[in-house]
Amino acid sequence: MIVKEQPPVAAATPAAKPIAPIPASLLSRALAHHLFRPLAALAALLLIDFLLIPGFFRLEIKDGHLYGSLVDIVNRAAPLMLAAIGMTLVIATRGIDISVGAVVALSGTVASMLIGGTMVIKDGVPVYVAETPMLLAMAAALGAALLCGLWNGLLVAGLGLQPIVATLILMVAGRGLAQLLTDGQIVTVYYQPFFFLGSGYLFGLPFALFVVAAVFGVTALLLRHTALGLFIQAVGINPVAARLAGIRTAALIVFVYVFAACCAGMAGLMISSNVKSADANNAGLMLELDAILAVTLGGTSLAGGKFSLAGSIIGALIIQTLTYTIYSLGVPPEVNMVVKSVVVFLVCMSQSDQFKSLWKRRAA
Amino acid sequence: MNAVVAHARKLSGAPSFTSLVTVVLLVAMLLVGGALYEGFLSLQVMLNLLIDNAFLLVIAIGMGFVILSGGIDLSVGAVLALSTMIAAWLLQVAHWPPLAVIATVLALGFLFGGGMGAVIHYFRLQPFIVTLAGMFLARGLCYLISIESITIEDPLFVAMSQTQIPFFGGFLSPGALIALAMLACAVWLAHYSGFGRAVYAVGGNEQSAAMMGLSVGRTKILVYAFSGLCASLAGLLFAFYMLSGYGLHAQGTELDAIAAVVIGGTLLTGGYGYILGALSGVLVLGTIQTLIAFDGTLSSWWTKIVIGGLLFVFCVVQRVMAFKSK
Repeated sequence: MIVKEQPPVAAATPAAKPIAPIPASLLSRALAHHLFRPLAALAALLLIDFLLIPGFFRLEIKDGHLYGSLVDIVNRAAPLMLAAIGMTLVIATRGIDISVGAVVALSGTVASMLIGGTMVIKDGVPVYVAETPMLLAMAAALGAALLCGLWNGLLVAGLGLQPIVATLILMVAGRGLAQLLTDGQIVTVYYQPFFFLGSGYLFGLPFALFVVAAVFGVTALLLRHTALGLFIQAVGINPVAARLAGIRTAALIVFVYVFAACCAGMAGLMISSNVKSADANNAGLMLELDAILAVTLGGTSLAGGKFSLAGSIIGALIIQTLTYTIYSLGVPPEVNMVVKSVVVFLVCMSQSDQFKSLWKRRAA
Repeated sequence: MNAVVAHARKLSGAPSFTSLVTVVLLVAMLLVGGALYEGFLSLQVMLNLLIDNAFLLVIAIGMGFVILSGGIDLSVGAVLALSTMIAAWLLQVAHWPPLAVIATVLALGFLFGGGMGAVIHYFRLQPFIVTLAGMFLARGLCYLISIESITIEDPLFVAMSQTQIPFFGGFLSPGALIALAMLACAVWLAHYSGFGRAVYAVGGNEQSAAMMGLSVGRTKILVYAFSGLCASLAGLLFAFYMLSGYGLHAQGTELDAIAAVVIGGTLLTGGYGYILGALSGVLVLGTIQTLIAFDGTLSSWWTKIVIGGLLFVFCVVQRVMAFKSK
């Protein structure tokens, strides 16, 4: 119950209040809200799109599916949103997981290799047969991701390695393992039902969105309606104090890494289902960086503690909208990386206390 | 951590333990290679280890300083690529004289690293996120210069690439000699200069270093600037080696460099290790690659798996040592 009354993000507001002596009008309260900056950034991007790209907000229904730039952006952001949800919890415990891309490659490879699929002519009708039942193959892929998460979690919580180094090991070796499984080849899948996950439609909307919504919903429920969210925040703010207060810190840290890896595993399934193959070399390349960027943009502090799941989702949408904008404006896509890096610099600097005090001094 | 290090120093032999393990491992790998494959233990194969990994050695030296100071620099691979790109562009498109190009590239690398160091120090940001953004920025800037690879035809660069300097019956490339000279300078800098002592002090405990009156900010900024300088020098060596500038050059080199530094016996928590360890770390990584190349049946991805495994083992050894000395 305590958790319900103090959602993780609310804890930051009382701390911020004494700094701002302005009377709390509606506007200043909206400005102080943790989602204000990410939402404003997203709105600004959408405004640019609205002004510069004709028909950006047009939505139409073709063959019972909803089509349009907005749907496309949200659909393409789905794997990133999944990875960002997992990354949020890891970062909230003062950790970092840079093995996300490798886990994506590994889980996609496991699923694609197990499903494979061949076309068989049955009674004159071509039928696609999976080598392993699809659900079993997907469970195996998620199982592989779970093992990766367990490995990361044990290295961080059990051995006490710094998270960046602990996950670096899997980042290097994970892709190697995936290549070992596929013998360096790209594995193609020929089994129709598998494609539904990445490119199917349900009620006129991409199915991937329902998966993201389900993962987000379950995670948010877990965090708000159990003590988990409070515990994660406590560990992020002060691990030693959290342990002394009776929180099983080690188990909690293992949990967040397993959770992040499972999210990455699901993202891997989604990506390989979307491209109908698994490429151990390139699947999920640099996804960890985008996920970290999404979490940072969403207002979660890299120093741990305060976190916002919804912010991370918005962060992922900002990144995808930015990519879409850059492509449709005809700017060379290579500029994307420069813009992203400048955004990371600015966001991180604006989060730092030094920057805030500099700003206040100037305003005074 | 400082107390742990102090204890570790008291234990006889313990401080150099991982460094010793690395040297033993290196010798063992070379002997195994010599027993398995004919011609493995020739002088030229050993010298080739240095020639092929000269750029990695230089990067690992810079990374060694950063890790000693308690930080991490993920941008080195990208700065290397950017340096090859700037060098190639200045030579081929802008037609600058080669020596001016070399000086410019080195200065830019120094400034890039110093800029990141300043952001890390003045805004109290975590080094990995700042250098991660730096990595994005440098790779992105490569593509802004050109998406295609630029071939270098400058006579000086070609000469650097093709000259073979005789060495006890074998030969070394000028790049390898530059890397070794850099290593010698770095060892002097780390162990016999005020800057080196400040780096160790800051890595051991930043607060006590500040209380001792050391300029923590200056040290940290200089460490990242030095790492940027090393990365751009490595870029020049890479340009000598490949004779081209390309935005996709040396992807994942930052990880190899971190692995080399850790395997070379530097504590990831900072404040403890030898710069010379970078050499043994790089040689171990190079030997793994050579072994896999000599075998012929093993595929290249085994390199990644073995490096991951080694990194794991060395991290565990470091932790166990830290526990023991508590």
